[in-house]
Amino acid sequence: MNPDKQTFTLDGKTIPFCNGQTIIQAAMDAGEYIPHLCFNPEFKPHGSCKLCTVKADGRTTASCTQFAQDGMVVESNTKEINDERRVLLQMLFVEGNHFCPSCEKSGNCQLQATAYELNMMSPHFDQFFPDRPLDASHPEYFLDLNRCILCSLCVRASRDVDGKNVFALSGRGIKSHVIVNAQSGQLGDTDFAGDDKAAQVCPVGVILKKRVGFSVPIGKRSFDEQPISATPHPVVKEA
Amino acid sequence: MTIQTRSHAGYLDPILVKHQHNPNNLLQILIEAQQHYGHIHTDAIAHLSEQLQFPRSKIEGVVGFYSFLYLKPQGEYRVLFSDNITDRMLGNMDLMERMCAQLWVESGKVSEDGLLSINTTSCTGMCDQGPALLVNNIAINHLSPERVNAISELIRERVPVSSWPAEFFAIQDNIRRKDILLDSHFQPGSALSVLFRSGAQRGLDEIKASRLRGRGGAGFSTGMKWEFCRDAVGDAHYVVCNADEGEPGTFKDRVLLNGYADMVFEGMTACARIIGAKKGFLYLRGEYVYLREHLQAVLQRRRQQSLLGQCILGNDDFSFDIEIHLGAGAYICGEESALIESLEGKRGTPRNRPPFPVTNGYLDQPTVVNNVETFAAASLILLNDGAWYAGIGTATSSGTKILSVSGDCQRPGLYEYPFGVTVAEVLEDCGARNTQAVQISGPSGMCISQAEFGRRIAFDDIPTAGAFMIFDQRRDMFEVARNFVRFFAHESCGFCTPCRVGTSLLSNMMDKLANGHGSPYDFSEIEKLNVILQSTSHCGLGHSACNPVLDTIKKFRSAYEKRMIHEDFVPAFDLDFALTQARQMTGRDDSSAHLERLNEPR
Repeated sequence: MNPDKQTFTLDGKTIPFCNGQTIIQAAMDAGEYIPHLCFNPEFKPHGSCKLCTVKADGRTTASCTQFAQDGMVVESNTKEINDERRVLLQMLFVEGNHFCPSCEKSGNCQLQATAYELNMMSPHFDQFFPDRPLDASHPEYFLDLNRCILCSLCVRASRDVDGKNVFALSGRGIKSHVIVNAQSGQLGDTDFAGDDKAAQVCPVGVILKKRVGFSVPIGKRSFDEQPISATPHPVVKEA
Repeated sequence: MTIQTRSHAGYLDPILVKHQHNPNNLLQILIEAQQHYGHIHTDAIAHLSEQLQFPRSKIEGVVGFYSFLYLKPQGEYRVLFSDNITDRMLGNMDLMERMCAQLWVESGKVSEDGLLSINTTSCTGMCDQGPALLVNNIAINHLSPERVNAISELIRERVPVSSWPAEFFAIQDNIRRKDILLDSHFQPGSALSVLFRSGAQRGLDEIKASRLRGRGGAGFSTGMKWEFCRDAVGDAHYVVCNADEGEPGTFKDRVLLNGYADMVFEGMTACARIIGAKKGFLYLRGEYVYLREHLQAVLQRRRQQSLLGQCILGNDDFSFDIEIHLGAGAYICGEESALIESLEGKRGTPRNRPPFPVTNGYLDQPTVVNNVETFAAASLILLNDGAWYAGIGTATSSGTKILSVSGDCQRPGLYEYPFGVTVAEVLEDCGARNTQAVQISGPSGMCISQAEFGRRIAFDDIPTAGAFMIFDQRRDMFEVARNFVRFFAHESCGFCTPCRVGTSLLSNMMDKLANGHGSPYDFSEIEKLNVILQSTSHCGLGHSACNPVLDTIKKFRSAYEKRMIHEDFVPAFDLDFALTQARQMTGRDDSSAHLERLNEPR
């Protein structure tokens, strides 16, 4: 077996990969889109949101954590799998409080864009309407946990890139939530800073810069211009 | 050191010294800290963070994960009623209400004077002697109205739990049927002596020849697991005994640890010899903390007998010791990779697999994780031989299985049978009458109806970790499933979307049916959720969370049809009910304070 020539197929297309790459990593390098939220190519795969679920040789698995294998047959853009992904999206929508029209992240939000991509027409399930705090204690940033989808990207960025551990997960099950590294529980009492990696990675509208509201008008934002499936990743665009 | 943290340093510093200021022992440090202070005070976290040089956000994250760790005061007396379906069948809810009324406290809240709190908890593993509760984490069984009265009185008079009548804390083994394992009269050191005479390779060969499969439910070949681990490259190898017996309806490990601890520890030591480990852990569920003293004494005696520690039985090249780690109320830690995370002092979130623990386990080193019963069986196999053991049971399932029998029968307790025993034989032996259903291997296992009582306990028919809960004709199988679904929602770790949200959605749907808002639409919703949970969840908890509902819908449809009141979809939200609080606040209950019942079936 020539290690340079390893390939798998994704919905019939041949995708090359190197040893140690997972399915989604190889697919993205080849310019193919697999829906995802907790995955960010700059970080070690996490595997929690399950949006990137595919069928690899007939077995359902998260494509961000499943290593690619030579000759593997991967199905992704099928009705069956997209139906499942849509239900996962609906779960994420009803679990938090997502009001897109009043959210500054609208148009740049990966959750919203993925829901458009997968034709999610309604949240379907009963809303949980959780009581979650808005933390405006930091001089430069808001922390609005109403929109949190528990992807852990801020946790990973702060821990692995910034070396700060500003964010962590607490609680369990449906009560899981992000906490910050301060006795007061307030972001303003942590060493969080605007040039932290953790300030850039939130795929939804939890970590938002203050005083830049609507500097890019709705209609001109990343996913207004082209769908998430056609947008290069990761999305690096200042609001 | 700041002024606030100084008062906590007094009790925290000795605990930190005991645990070598090692963040890997964080969970153990927190459990001991809470024993001193009742909860984990925010200043205590500050002190721990400073001393361990470990972020407070991570410490708080660990406290927040475990049911038995608290960030807020829970009262001097923390009463937790075990809420398995078997406890419900024995009337635990009435008893809890009784105690709440006697002590003027609402369940789930701390009393205004800070004296106590009363709540429910997942199955405490006392199903054969329920209803059960934990008071300050210590088990009390055989609850009756009289016993509840007495407990309320003791609490009201602030009698320390250590001075409560000893008979409250008596726990029976209830061994009803012994076979090769429970009847083995095992002599400490006997299996190790055989192993040392024959050599480690021969010992492994015997384990493989016995065709022993893991007793925790998954049934992986024990010999293969040990061999994979032995052959894996690492700085150190570890042996872990999974005594986080959290599956509702299972209590065999509690009895094994109480009466057969030597067999378990000897199996671990033999495994260590075979795979080349110097250190082992027993991960004991928090509900069984009362066993710790006994287990420590057995370990100490084994050290004195040269069965643990340096140069075991005079072998200069073999040292091994076992440490007991406590859990703190998290069912998911029974999953082996979550258990390892917990051993490392973290939140018990299952890891992405592969890699598996045999190559990348505790501290990323090769690790064997086996069930309590598996290690005990391994001792028995080494003492006799593999072929003898393989000759017992069935072709796919060698040896015996210990069942934890509870529910509607005359003689609940432990029953050891060779694999291949039928459900009907077990029912006969335990004195079950008019049996409607048996839930085998707990909520994540299967529900068997009368037509299937001829089926056999074996890996290729009905695999089981040991739970055997019996329901007679009086029982409402819908309520059984609803209890199990609520359990899964409570115990989901929250890592992956489908399980975190899906188990709560499912629990809400079952409540909707129970509240009289069910229609065929809700059935199709439950089936849809099941598909998602089974195919996309991160671990077995999510995969099996719908099993109890699907099994009971299939086999006891009438229990559900009673709840299918409406032909068409009806919302779960009851507007008139939502106005109850407003009516109470305004003191109004006249007809115009009620909405028209728009959703009445026509």
